[in-house]
Amino acid sequence: MAIFLNENSKVIVQGMTGAEGTKHTKRMLASGTNIVGGVNPRKAGEKVDFDGTVLPVFGTVKEAMEATGANVTVIFVPPAFSKAAVVEAIDAEIELAVVITEGIPVHDTAYFWAHAVATGHKTRIIGPNCPGIISPGKSNAGIIPANIAGAGKIGLVSKSGTLTYQMMHELRDFGFSTAIGIGGDPIIGTTHIDALEAFEADEETVAIVMIGEIGGDAEERAAAYIKENVTKPVVGYVAGFTAPEGKTMGHAGAIVSGSAGTAQAKKEALEAAGVKVGKTPSETADLMREIMKAL
Amino acid sequence: MDLYEYQAKDLFAAHGVPVLPGDVATNPADAKAIAAKFGQAVVVKAQVKTGGRGKAGGVKLASTPEETEEKATAILGLDIKGHIVHRVLVTPASDIAEEYYFSFLLDRANRTFLAMASVEGGMDIEEVAATKPEALAKIHIDAIKGVDVAKATEIADAANFPAEVKDQVVDTIVKLWETFVSEDATLVEVNPLVRDPQGKIVALDGKVTLDENADFRHPAHAELVDKAAENPLEAKAKEKGLNYVKLDGEVGIIGNGAGLVMSTLDVVAYAGEQYGVKPANFLDIGGGASAEVMANGLDVILGDEAVRSVFVNVFGGITACDAVANGIVKALEILGDSATKPLVVRLDGNNVEEGRAILAEANHPLVTVVDTMDNAAAKAAELAAAGV
Repeated sequence: MAIFLNENSKVIVQGMTGAEGTKHTKRMLASGTNIVGGVNPRKAGEKVDFDGTVLPVFGTVKEAMEATGANVTVIFVPPAFSKAAVVEAIDAEIELAVVITEGIPVHDTAYFWAHAVATGHKTRIIGPNCPGIISPGKSNAGIIPANIAGAGKIGLVSKSGTLTYQMMHELRDFGFSTAIGIGGDPIIGTTHIDALEAFEADEETVAIVMIGEIGGDAEERAAAYIKENVTKPVVGYVAGFTAPEGKTMGHAGAIVSGSAGTAQAKKEALEAAGVKVGKTPSETADLMREIMKAL
Repeated sequence: MDLYEYQAKDLFAAHGVPVLPGDVATNPADAKAIAAKFGQAVVVKAQVKTGGRGKAGGVKLASTPEETEEKATAILGLDIKGHIVHRVLVTPASDIAEEYYFSFLLDRANRTFLAMASVEGGMDIEEVAATKPEALAKIHIDAIKGVDVAKATEIADAANFPAEVKDQVVDTIVKLWETFVSEDATLVEVNPLVRDPQGKIVALDGKVTLDENADFRHPAHAELVDKAAENPLEAKAKEKGLNYVKLDGEVGIIGNGAGLVMSTLDVVAYAGEQYGVKPANFLDIGGGASAEVMANGLDVILGDEAVRSVFVNVFGGITACDAVANGIVKALEILGDSATKPLVVRLDGNNVEEGRAILAEANHPLVTVVDTMDNAAAKAAELAAAGV
């Protein structure tokens, strides 16, 4: 099973021939992802050799899907061109678009999200500014290192890339059904709630780790959702307890403004929903370890 | 990036939003000259990027140029919530018949934009929202359709703007939306938007936040950066493309990835409680962590006189730990004698054994390698306390 991405996923890469696209296409291939081609209108018809795997380049997402049956796209195109790339993926009605690109103007993200809504949500968007999604042993769409942890029964959803890696590392003895980095921008496609809903429905997942950070109220809303809808055990972690008000902590969305968006408020909301919240990543992993041992 | 009021109003004026004339002074004599030019009573307004200026004595009425000079003298140099006033806006005093509130902002929860409007402006809008939520109209904006006259009319009606000013308000709302979109703003706020006794609508104050991710299509926005007000360490880090925020503690922090660095700050703060030390900064060197990036990062942190120890916390994901370890060793070579503070290094993830071996072999007197994040934070806090 796993969520959103599995062994049947056929992946294309938008921006495959760029520096980042090339590097990560190789890494995704090495971790067993079924990559079937790339998209670059200026290099349509060419073939690219990735350490022995020769992949075709198509002019559009639609052509790539028609020729290969691709149902997932990973987007590495630079910020100035990301809006057009995501809109193209939505118009081609691909099932899943994973937007890795960091630094997309929020007006552009708001635009492509509105476009996805207006066209009936045929494409699930993950990101932007995210590490992507991995269902270990099945498929890897993005930049999450495949060798941190193997397949298992924990589901992981996180705003942060390196905290995703850290948590996978801490719990590598159990492994993961799917780990998903949803990104740290103010507007993102797939949310904590979307992932929680999918993990709850996924037979392979028995427990969920949810990692949040300061800014916005996504964690509070996720807490309310968990209380009503999630029966599987959830362990939480929130980064940024000591972040001062009004300073953006790396992620465009990670800012405490007034009383809104504090880590303390998020922790309290999660605990009120029955989620055990760790003080540090290690303590959070220990909480999950206890749950997994008891299951 | 937050703008000063006068910068926000310049943008408003450029997009046709009605504002009063005004000029900025950095000293009392200039303020006096501006008042003399207007030849009428003026308001002297502190230019700081924080709210509550009025209560802090940062906004004063002056009826003559001499009085303007006095008021400017009193306001310049004021500390308003940690922001020192370096300039004042001198603008003609206007009579106010009514005060309203208007803003466009990001609505994260609904993944779109929001218009907020109220005919009860002038005061703290958060207070209005809390105590009288029915007086604050909130209207979602479709990011593709935007705000045309029809949408602006819907907003004005929802907020119950009086009929006699509605056309002007609608026109102003459309122009504020143009400002919001064409400047790539994440916040455009007018509080108060006023009706003067002659029935004219004017944006009396302005607050604008620009999206730095969109700088690539707004070369003119670079001129809005107040370089003099930037923390020198933050400016230096920015020049080198590093994501750095100065804080007020003693333990320097370097890590890779915003979430991990935020988490590192927390862990150091917890560990530092018993020693009375805190994190000195946020510094995310990103996924790469090459020797040069590491050297630049260490250089910025060691330039902070408050720093007593440094915690390098790296999880080797895309970049392997051996590359990071080589980066640290080379960074220390590059910095030479200018590196004087103890470094606590925690590496984990990809090629961690090779990375730790490289640091062990280098055996640099300043470097201590600790195996977990929590233990490394404790060590860094202990060393910072010892060095104070």
